[in-house]
Amino acid sequence: MKAPDDATVARLQRILDTPDLGDGRYELGERIGEGGMGVVHVGLDRRLDREVAIKFLRPGALAASDVARLRREALLLARLEHPGIVPVHDLGELPDGGVFLVMKRVRGRGLDAVVQGGVPLGERLRLFLQLADTIAFAHAAGVLHRDLKPANVMVGTFGEVLAMDWGVARVVAGSDATTETRSATPSEGSPPGTGAGTVIGTPGWMAPEQARGDAISSGVRMDVFGLGRMLGMLLEAPGPAGAAARTPPAPLRSIARRATAEAPADRYPDVPEMAADVRRFLDGERVLAHHETPAERVRRVLAPHTIAIVLIGAYVLVRALLFAINRR
Amino acid sequence: MNKVMLGLVLGTVLGLLDGLSAWFTPEVRSLMVGIVIGSTAKGLVAGLLIGWFARKVRSVPLGVLFGLAVGFVLAFIIAAMPNAAGGHYWFEIIVPGTLVGLIVGYATQRYGKSPVPKTA
Repeated sequence: MKAPDDATVARLQRILDTPDLGDGRYELGERIGEGGMGVVHVGLDRRLDREVAIKFLRPGALAASDVARLRREALLLARLEHPGIVPVHDLGELPDGGVFLVMKRVRGRGLDAVVQGGVPLGERLRLFLQLADTIAFAHAAGVLHRDLKPANVMVGTFGEVLAMDWGVARVVAGSDATTETRSATPSEGSPPGTGAGTVIGTPGWMAPEQARGDAISSGVRMDVFGLGRMLGMLLEAPGPAGAAARTPPAPLRSIARRATAEAPADRYPDVPEMAADVRRFLDGERVLAHHETPAERVRRVLAPHTIAIVLIGAYVLVRALLFAINRR
Repeated sequence: MNKVMLGLVLGTVLGLLDGLSAWFTPEVRSLMVGIVIGSTAKGLVAGLLIGWFARKVRSVPLGVLFGLAVGFVLAFIIAAMPNAAGGHYWFEIIVPGTLVGLIVGYATQRYGKSPVPKTA
């Protein structure tokens, strides 16, 4: 008998790894994504006749703590009702004791893919502010994301920005994460296996204290760091095709630099403060994180009036020319 | 400041400055008072008309075009008046006058408060 080739083996493995939902409410479709802990399939809600996204644990991650983590993610998402957070519709149980999460099916692309296609700076900042507002909302509801990176941000068909993958998010004691409740016990409100001493996050995107295994003490400043990294990435992204490559404006670089400061105390105290600085830049106001030179100040103040200045300059020039002609 | 008031103030000030700039032309210095009064009045009328237009029509290109036309027409009327020697300062009056209209046209569209729409 002929041995099956690798593709066949992989296909069979995928079939074996696909959870069996039986003839229940949901019909499973193709796999559309995967993360560190789970895989996401498109599905059909037979009762409401609509497409949904169904998240399972990876086949190798069926420990009680993993199940508890996914269950916890569902509960956490259920309390975060915001246009920037994918709503959870249902939490189901599998015959093998596993759980699955049914969420809204989001159509769109990852933030990194969107900006690599060439997006004007103003549009990139609009995307950033949408994300920042979502994270600020989560903080106000007492939730830290702790794994902010472009792969966890999706841009929908209508330009809506969605913060995804709240698997390692942490609920802070009390109702408001902005209060930075450092007295919370290490594992309080944390997903199993994500308490103190555990490295939470993604290398290259996580805050220095997270990399040292302290994913608690800096509170919201941890997410401020993640947002700072994202802002840096957005600033370095290419502009629209044909537009000349430009160095990102210094005030915006200062915002990203302050948000990603090594010491949490040197960062913005919260996300709204950081977003306010980005909005100040967009409104032509002075960015608090940036020490502007007198020349920069003059440029900033005059920039919105460039056309008026050119017109007045043209008038003065005409007057000077007429004067010169008359003197001959 | 609303758009009509802005047009009025800007047109008057620019008209005044435009008139005062005649001082740099020695042969008309003796007529300075008349020139300044005429130029200021011209600027005032132009500013009023352009400000009124900006209040009615919200469009920078149309506002600039209207300002250009008003500035040109008013300056043309002034330039058409012969000087003491019977000649005309076509170029010296029409070019800056048209530019003043253009500046006021742009400024009233870009700056100045629009009237708040009435609600039921």
